[in-house]
Amino acid sequence: MIIDINFIGLIIASIMASAVPLILASCGELITERSGVLNLGVEGMMIIGAISGFALMTVTGSLIIAIFGAMLAGVLISTIFAFLTQTLITNHVATGLALTIFGIGISAMIGKNFVGIPGKEFPVLFEGFKDTIPLLGPILFGHSIVFYFAFALPFITSYFLKKTKIGLIVRAVGDSPESASNQGINVRLVRYACILYGGAMSGLAGAYLSMIYTPQWIENMTGGRGWIALALVVFSTWNPIKILIGAMIFGGLTIIQFHMQAIGVRIPVQFLTALPYIVTIIVLVVISRDSRKIRLSTPSSLGKSFYKDN
Amino acid sequence: MIKIVKRDQPSRAIFFFTPVLAIFLTLVAGGLIFFILGFKPFEALKFFFIVPIADKYGFSELLLKATPLCLIAIGLSFCFKSNNWNIGAEGQLTFGAIVSGGVALLFYEQEGFYILPIVILAGAIGGMLYASIPAILKTYFNTNEILVSLMLVYVSKLILDYLVVGPWSNPEGFNFPETRQFSDSAKLPLLFEGLRIHAGIFLALAAVVISWFVFYKTYLGFQMKVSGFSLKTAKYAGYKGKKMIILVFLISGACAGLAGVGEITGPIGQLHREISPDYGFTAIIVAFLGRLHPVGIIFASLVVAITYLGAETAQIFMQIPKYTGQVFQGMILFFLLASDYLLFFKFKFIGSKK
Repeated sequence: MIIDINFIGLIIASIMASAVPLILASCGELITERSGVLNLGVEGMMIIGAISGFALMTVTGSLIIAIFGAMLAGVLISTIFAFLTQTLITNHVATGLALTIFGIGISAMIGKNFVGIPGKEFPVLFEGFKDTIPLLGPILFGHSIVFYFAFALPFITSYFLKKTKIGLIVRAVGDSPESASNQGINVRLVRYACILYGGAMSGLAGAYLSMIYTPQWIENMTGGRGWIALALVVFSTWNPIKILIGAMIFGGLTIIQFHMQAIGVRIPVQFLTALPYIVTIIVLVVISRDSRKIRLSTPSSLGKSFYKDN
Repeated sequence: MIKIVKRDQPSRAIFFFTPVLAIFLTLVAGGLIFFILGFKPFEALKFFFIVPIADKYGFSELLLKATPLCLIAIGLSFCFKSNNWNIGAEGQLTFGAIVSGGVALLFYEQEGFYILPIVILAGAIGGMLYASIPAILKTYFNTNEILVSLMLVYVSKLILDYLVVGPWSNPEGFNFPETRQFSDSAKLPLLFEGLRIHAGIFLALAAVVISWFVFYKTYLGFQMKVSGFSLKTAKYAGYKGKKMIILVFLISGACAGLAGVGEITGPIGQLHREISPDYGFTAIIVAFLGRLHPVGIIFASLVVAITYLGAETAQIFMQIPKYTGQVFQGMILFFLLASDYLLFFKFKFIGSKK
């Protein structure tokens, strides 16, 4: 049996494409969590990004406005979360859940008028180079700008946290808000910024889904990816580079379903669809078993409110 | 001049007042949203909150929707009180329904007084089994219960989908994704002729009474309260933390499973693809709005149940999309959490000195 080497390249590329929204949302949430804030609203922010991107693209016809608009929508919706958890000192878990429920509702409300409208073609870069190198050609070339950004993001995030002063401040705030505050750092401000950044990345992840990955609006189209992104942050033990590995595994699980169906494997489709969720649980169990490692890598103040009397 | 001061102790009066404030603020914000969408705010709110429950049928529908919400929220309050974040009640409901539906199908076309209790029990056990997964993984493998219980929601819905499309689908059903009708002995009796409200409401009321007793009259209730305040204190007092985690998950799983039983053996009488309009998630809001108090949860379940009905009515009469229900639910929780600020802080008026 001869396997076309470019076909393997195409499969890898499709795995990477399905990993993109996970990488974006996870890297955003990672920064939020590194500052000590647990935002469970990723699913809600993502779906808001998805409908905002698609709606803006349909209404304005501009892809640039749509992409940045989706990020702005993510920022706006996460502002609610930031205001509640940081200014009104509410519980992170409950507020995040409210954000997800609210986001899904709002997106379906807005999306009602956009069901069934075909999407636009999103321009891809380096299309011509696809056939120049076997195997690597389809992997490296012919993708959207968001795709390239997503694969650079874990490295940028890692550099930001390790090597820049602001990154250091974010980590300090997450690990010990009291001492950071005593050093004159405005803890609340830093956390606000990190939450809004997380919102922007989730919004972008959503826009990628509705504008590039499956260019159309389908109700609830994020389908739990926001939650998987949250699980990926735990999987990565808050290390951005490992998010890349995790996202590729989950991307692979998603893509494998299609190919297994195509080659006629006799497993009910529902079981294949359930695979990413089941694997998430297994992976979480394996990672979390080592409680010492989890304790050492989790931002110490994660999910705890910080209130300073002034 | 107004100054914000931290209260020495959270105010108890405000503890029960803020849910009312949250509902009021939700109505105001809801009216504003309707206005932005181009509807007359008061008319829309009337269609949303008053018209659906104005007659006998509407009131029965309200109780029908409030029953699962109340039941699940009671179960969740056991978890939330003791600092366990079970957010997968929707999955426990679905799995409970699957198990009880499977048992009900075993008794296909059979009659007998013993069938219904077995079917109900099967649902509770199904919910407990499903809730035990995040509980065991949390206690013995240190795994985050939020993510595990949530992932299991998706899995349970896919299992249900597989069953009603595949092995359990009605052989005479023209490939509709649904099972055969359960026998009458496997159905919860309807309470009134022509109305859909069924005996499941008694399960919810029983849960309210039992939970009130456990919370306020037993040692377990006290342990849960202490663990909720501070896990360190609970540990210091020598409470068996692991046992309690598993117990509260089992209780909330059983409640969710029973809610699932009510959904399939009540008016519907069969398993099909969509047995619950996200009751399991909405019940989280109900539990908080009811302040994790059994009586509070009764009121909260009625209020939140209206958002389901109102969304349907508003869709029919005003073409307002039905998802407004979810928007309202999210807003209630937002406003409730926000008004909790008043619990811990107060505004102090300081007269300007001349």
